[in-house]
Formats: sequence, C-alpha cells, structure tokens
Amino acid sequence: MDLAYTPEEEEFRARLRQWLREALPTLPPKPSPDDWPGRRAYDLGWQRRLHDAGYGDVHWGASPTVRLIFLEETEKAGAPYVGAGFVGLLHAGPTIAAEGTAEQRARWLPPILRGDEAWCQGFSEPDAGSDLAALRTRAHRDGDDYVVSGSKIWTSHAEVADWCELLVRTDPEAPKHRGISWLAMPMDAPGITVRPLKTLAGSAEFAEVFLDEVRVPVANRVGAENDGWRVTLVTLSFERGTAFVGEVVACRRVLRELAVEARKNGRWDDPALRRRLGRLNAEFRALWRLTQWNVSDAELTGGVPGVGGSVFKLRYSHARQELYDTAADVLGPDSLDLDRSWVLDRLSSLSYTIAAGTSQIQRNIVAERILGLPKGR
Amino acid sequence: MRFQLTEDQLALRNGVRELLARRFGPQELRAAVDEPGRLDRALWRELGAAGFFALRLPEAQDGVGLGLPEAALAFEEAGRALLPGPLVATHLAAGTVPGAAAGEAVVAAVGNGLVEWLARADVVEGDAAGAVPLRSVDPLTPLHRVPGVVAVDPVAVLLTAAEQLGGATRACELAVQHARTREQFGQPIGAFQAIKHLCAEMLVRTETARAAVYAAAVTADPADIHTARLLADEAAVRGARDCLQVHGGMGFTWEFELHLHLKRAWVRTHRAGEATESEESLAAELLAQPI
Repeated sequence: MDLAYTPEEEEFRARLRQWLREALPTLPPKPSPDDWPGRRAYDLGWQRRLHDAGYGDVHWGASPTVRLIFLEETEKAGAPYVGAGFVGLLHAGPTIAAEGTAEQRARWLPPILRGDEAWCQGFSEPDAGSDLAALRTRAHRDGDDYVVSGSKIWTSHAEVADWCELLVRTDPEAPKHRGISWLAMPMDAPGITVRPLKTLAGSAEFAEVFLDEVRVPVANRVGAENDGWRVTLVTLSFERGTAFVGEVVACRRVLRELAVEARKNGRWDDPALRRRLGRLNAEFRALWRLTQWNVSDAELTGGVPGVGGSVFKLRYSHARQELYDTAADVLGPDSLDLDRSWVLDRLSSLSYTIAAGTSQIQRNIVAERILGLPKGR
Repeated sequence: MRFQLTEDQLALRNGVRELLARRFGPQELRAAVDEPGRLDRALWRELGAAGFFALRLPEAQDGVGLGLPEAALAFEEAGRALLPGPLVATHLAAGTVPGAAAGEAVVAAVGNGLVEWLARADVVEGDAAGAVPLRSVDPLTPLHRVPGVVAVDPVAVLLTAAEQLGGATRACELAVQHARTREQFGQPIGAFQAIKHLCAEMLVRTETARAAVYAAAVTADPADIHTARLLADEAAVRGARDCLQVHGGMGFTWEFELHLHLKRAWVRTHRAGEATESEESLAAELLAQPI
C-alpha cells in the first residue's frame, strides 16, 4: 500500500499547476447560471484551452492516477468544471473511444477534445428512469437510416448540444435488455423538439426531448445492433468511477469555508455543531481515500472502474447532502437567502441521491453484484 | 500511487487469517466464553512466535521489521476472529517490556478510564492505582475502572480502528451468509430489498472505513488516524447491530457469536478515548489549514 506518486506523476502535477497559475487569470467572466449559450461557450472554450496546452484528452487518454491528479489540481486552483462538456468528455467520448470503429472515433472524438462540439445524454424516459432497460423510444430501419420516435427526459444541456448519445429500442420482441441500440443523433435533425424543464432550484438545468420520426444514419450506431445495453454499461461504469474526484476536493474546500464562516458568526462556539463539522471532515477525508483506493484498483484492472464506484456514489451522495444541511445550520436565517452561494448548492445537492442511478438502485447493485445476494422477484 | 495491498501484504494477511482460523475457531471462541477471564497462554506464545507482537520491531532487535500497514492488517484479522486479550497493549510494549515481543509476557495498559485484562497481566503500563473491577458487558474482555483519563497513543488508536474494521468485515460476512440461505415466504431473505439494503449499507460503511484505516496506516498522520477511528467505530458498531437485525430472533441469542462482536465493538469505542475528542480534533484541523 502506497500513497506516493511516481516522479512522472509529480512532474505532471507541477507542470499543470504552473500552467493553471498562468491560464486562470486570463479567463473571461463567468456567465450566469441560466445563460446556456454563454455557459456552453465558456465551458467549451476552457476545454479548447486545455486541448491547446496538451491536457485535452486527460479524461480518457491518461492513466486513472494522472486523471485523479488533473481533477484534484484543477479543482484546487478553482478552474472551470467540464460543465456543458460533461457528456462528451465523460460519457459519450469514453464510450466511442472504447466501442466505436476507427471512422467513428475519427469523426467524433477530435471535436469533443477541441471543445468544438457538445453532447447530451438521451437515456432516461418518462417511464424508464431507474428502470432504464424499460425504455420505449423506437427505431426502425429504413434504408441507411433509423427512423426514431419517442421521448427522452432529464436531458441536461439538450438545447445547446450538437449530438445526443441516444438509447433506442431496435427490437421490441427481444427481452428488454437485449433489444436496445446506442446511436449518435445530431441535435439539428428534423423532428427534434426540446422543451426545457425548470428544476426545484429554479434553473433550466435539463430538458424533455421529443423525437418525431427523426432520421439517424445507421452508420451512427456505436456497437452492434441490439447490443446497446452492454455499450451503455461501459458508459455508466465511467460515470460511477472517477467522475466525482473534483467534487470531493470541492466539498473539502466548502467544509473549510464553512468552518471559517462559523467562527466568524459565532456558531463555532456550539460544540454540537463543531463536532458535526469534525465528523464531516472525517467523512470527506475518508471519501478522498476511497477515491484513491478505487483509482488504484482501476489502474490495476486496466482503467475501467468497476462496481466499487457504486459504493463510493452511495456514500458520497449522502455526505454531500449532509454537508449542505450542516451549511444551513452554520448560516442560520441566511440559509433562506438565494444570494448565498451555498443555498443553491444545497438545493442542487438534493439531486445527488437520484441522478445517475438512485441510492436505492445503487444498493441493489452493491447487494447483488458485489455481495452476491439473490435478485428479488 | 499503488494504494492496494501488495503481494507480501496479502500473504501476511492470509497467514494471520489461517493461524487464527486454526487456533481460535468457533470451538475455542465458545470455550473462552464459558471460562471468562482466562487467557490462553499457549496461544499468546504462538502469536509471539508468529511475530504478531514483534511485527514492527527492527530485525536487529529480533523483530519482523515491518511497518504500520502490516500491523493494521494483522490487527484487522484479530478483530475479524474476535481474538481476546490485551493485544494492542502487548504489541506496543514489544521492545520495552521484556517478554512482550515473544508472547511470554501479557501486558495491560491503562487507557481512557479503563484497563482491560488487569488481573491476567504480567506487566501494567500506566498508573492502575485505585482500579475497581467492572462486571464487563463483553464476556471476553475483563475490565477495571480507573480514576483519571490518560492520553492514548495514536498507534493504539489506529490498531484499535483496524480491529474494528475486522469486526465490521465479519459482521457483514455473517449477515450476507445468512441472507443468502435463510428462507422466509418461499425465498432467501436476501432477495428482499429491506434486507438487501441493510447488507449494502454494511459493505459501504466497511469499505469506506477500510480506505480510511489503510490510509492512516500508511501516513500515520494524526488527522488520518482520527478519521480512521470514527469511520471504523461506526462500521463496527452499526455493522454488528444490522447483522443482528438480519438474523432476527437468532441474532438475539447467547448461542450466536454476533453479540460478542457488538460488545467488543462497544469496548473498543472507549479504548481510544471518547469519539467527541476525535470530532473536536478534526474540527480544529479545518481551521488549521488554508482553504
């Protein structure tokens, strides 16, 4: 067991740190949370900067440890997060890299890395969220095209995306996991309607997407026809692996800010509150160690994170909510003021036990796939 | 960064596990419960011969010459097997108390208002004057109350956390084993989400504690040790309680070993000082470093 980094890894860290010190002061002003075209330009512009400096492919071109260092250092420096580039860089990109043909990789990967194109995720449907395999959006073949009809929901960044990683049912007769295919759908194709949905935080974070006989070339299918479920598991395992590294670092920073705030407003003198902050410190320190453990595990098993990510996500999503509930107790009545940055973060933390597989689904995954308990009827 | 067990560490862990399975299995556990307060001196010497107490002593002093991570793995196995005796105190005395390293001497230490195994010890570290026996809740850990509170060695805190991790691991194993085989309403109870989710949470707590305990063993950093202690206490105590719940009425019997895990977990939560001290220390650490 070792927590030391190799000289090459330390060199990467030092070089990145230096570059961030020079690059960050030249960033344009941050757009407002609801300005999606502005956010797209800002987030993808940052990706372009990273690409030009040689860091563009760190999310799937580097070792898990180098990626850990990248996410740790960019978060510590206060660099922009992937934002509108999230699906391209962390879902669709890694999936195409792992499962796509040479032509598909050449067509889609460079624009993602250069920050030229943004992706969104068309997985969930009104009747297929946690039970994703129950999806009903249909695609039938017509010549060289699939003709797609149905609807998707909870599609983040849909209105500013160029492409959608889309799951469709290509064989309605097959068992529900077996008749699904993975398509790259251009978001400017005729027949697509995007209706933004307002979240409980008041922002237009995600959207409903309606598909009315949208034509998608068969050449845009990644993986074999009806093999989309397996392709999807590749994507989800990335999401549940190292996708939260930067956020753990961010939570540890927020916790220190909270302690400073509590000392400023006098609540630090409350021993019960102080001990809660101490326990949260233990929680996020342990989650950081668990991240390092999972990254080392991924490195040994060839880079693709396994079901251990579910263990992490379960613990993390609850810890994050506890963090912001504690923030509310530190703030007192100010926790009702939307102008305090922690208040919006508290609201958005409510999604963490739901998004990317609810805590209940994650517990089933842990129980069945790690502990080997029988599937229920 | 290779934050995973090395081949040597895996071999060490398996070696300790096999030794304890052979020498302290269910029968020996049962015998120990039937004769509370007795310490198996032959087993103690065998542990000494296997290097359990001298694990961190330099080879020049007839030690094994290994480090804190290896000691943590050995103590995790001791916790998993529910091995009784003042293991941490004797391990820490190796090199200073004659006979401790070889398992010839049993060493007790005055801790946080308590001493474990005082009447059986050959040597007592600390001031045990005024010690009064308690009727210990854990039949496998005789306890004396002592006046005053002493600061506990951080290594003792870490090794105690490693024992808690072992206990948590065992409780999870027992619960999963039972949930897979016990049938109710025509199917294994592990097929019910209520049971499944209890088991999943046990594993989540255990694996989070494992990362914290192993990291603290690597860094020996005080904040890492407090973290390990809080997470491991939680995993052990809640793990034993959830395991009891999964076993239903069977879990509430004297026959079943689970109550011994829960009671030992309770004893260990006090050995390292009160949890509030760790929480306060970790709270203070938040202000000690820049954002």
